[in-house]
Amino acid sequence: MQNIELSTKDLSVFYGEKQAVKEISLDFASRQVTALIGPSGCGKSTFLRSLNRMNDLIGGARITGEIWIGDDNINDPKTDVVLLRQKIGMVWQRPNPFHKSIYENIAFGPRYHGIRDKKKLDQIVEESLIKAALWEETKDRLNRSALSLSGGQQQRLCIARSIAVSPSIILMDEPASALDPISSAKIEELISELKREFSIIIVTHNMHQAARVSEKTAFFLMGEVVEYDDTSKLFTNPSDKRTDDYISGRFG
Amino acid sequence: MAQSREKRKLKQHIIEEWTGKVFTSLCIVLLVVTIFSLVYFVATKGFSSFIKDGISLGEIFGGIKWKPEGEPPLFGALPFIIGSFSTSILAAVIAAPLSISAALFMVEIMPKLGRKYLQPAIELLAGIPSVVYGFVGLSVIVPFYRDIFPGQGLGIAAGASVLSIMILPTMTSIATDALAALPPGLKEGSYALGATRWQTLARTVIPTTLPALMTGVVLGMARAFGEALAVQMVIGNAPHIPKSLFESASTLTSAITLSMGNTVMGSVQNNVLWTLALILMLMTFIFVFIVRFLERRANR
Repeated sequence: MQNIELSTKDLSVFYGEKQAVKEISLDFASRQVTALIGPSGCGKSTFLRSLNRMNDLIGGARITGEIWIGDDNINDPKTDVVLLRQKIGMVWQRPNPFHKSIYENIAFGPRYHGIRDKKKLDQIVEESLIKAALWEETKDRLNRSALSLSGGQQQRLCIARSIAVSPSIILMDEPASALDPISSAKIEELISELKREFSIIIVTHNMHQAARVSEKTAFFLMGEVVEYDDTSKLFTNPSDKRTDDYISGRFG
Repeated sequence: MAQSREKRKLKQHIIEEWTGKVFTSLCIVLLVVTIFSLVYFVATKGFSSFIKDGISLGEIFGGIKWKPEGEPPLFGALPFIIGSFSTSILAAVIAAPLSISAALFMVEIMPKLGRKYLQPAIELLAGIPSVVYGFVGLSVIVPFYRDIFPGQGLGIAAGASVLSIMILPTMTSIATDALAALPPGLKEGSYALGATRWQTLARTVIPTTLPALMTGVVLGMARAFGEALAVQMVIGNAPHIPKSLFESASTLTSAITLSMGNTVMGSVQNNVLWTLALILMLMTFIFVFIVRFLERRANR
């Protein structure tokens, strides 16, 4: 049995009156990739965003239930969200590098957390870029603007940026869906590398991608989890009729 | 039958298209002609004091004595130039932090309240006539300075204070637009790295929008530079370089409005005022160029 990195208990998210996520209880194993799939508007992104309390930034969102990391319920209002977000990194669909140099993008997070030593920062930047498979392409132009990179490179930069604050979990919200197939393949390859060190929870629209990169998959529908199982089992022999319909392309 | 109706329709569309094109072209021609004749007029008038009256550039830009009625007449415009720059720069220095902070509050901290009530309220300030600002300045700010600092209270400090309030709406609304146009995801990216709100604002939001924020500051400064009436009411209008901010001074605009009616068209005294106007106009062009430059940097 694998260690549980993070688990939710009866997690619900409300936008005003509307309940976008309905009492979801899931366990996420450490150093594994868990994929969240489902049709648009099924609540999977909303669920993902509540795990590092990003939904706090949206006015009118209310989150009930518990999110456990070890012995801490991070959905407690007393939780320091700033410290929490250092433990849980996030990557979005559209790469969002800061309008700064490649180096500064990576050094940004560590600087926030008080690392000033130039040597230490250099080392973090190099390690993060190596882990994000971007070092070879950028080592000669670390001072160039991050916006001069291609979309795929920018996305890997954003991954490197979140690695730089050494989180234990990385949340990815459709990280490859805005990229071309080659860049997308590189991101998938990278995800398979990263899971040796990080626990990854990835939302994706692309079922083949979920099948390729993840160990476990949760199928979301209308704010509920219909089925949560090993990826190999869920895609070949789903136990719920609705999962079967979705993965075989009958709706969604 | 159907075909002829289609033909008629086509003809109608062509006429519509043609009328629109002609009308809009005429408007733009009128605008361009007006601007160019204005520039030409001010420039010829302004240069005639150098060409026709033989006043040297050095005297205008370097002279510190302004005595157009004196014997011999002296036309040193340096006090006005210094007065204009110091009031408008000081006004921008006062107004910039206020307006950027106000914009941050409206966009980042209380967006609902900001959009609905605060922004319209601030834009209302822009509609108040400048004579009202001048009057308030004269009856509130000038006595206030007179009580605290030595001197009459009239001067660059009073002028800059009034101007800073006048340019606040321009700067705030440009800063608000700039902050609202922040590329999506940047703020979230910063928060997701464990940044606090203060760190996110100081290291991501402000640096990213800085060129656009500076555009607002420069436009505000340009407005302050060109404002005449309100400044003239509170600055004192003494044509010399003041030793303190609370001593009577003059600006290019206040010198022009004050003397324009008392000079005869074509006389040296009149031509020199046109030279002051030309300096004002050229400065405005420079401000516009700076804004263009900043905008291009912001869009890069």
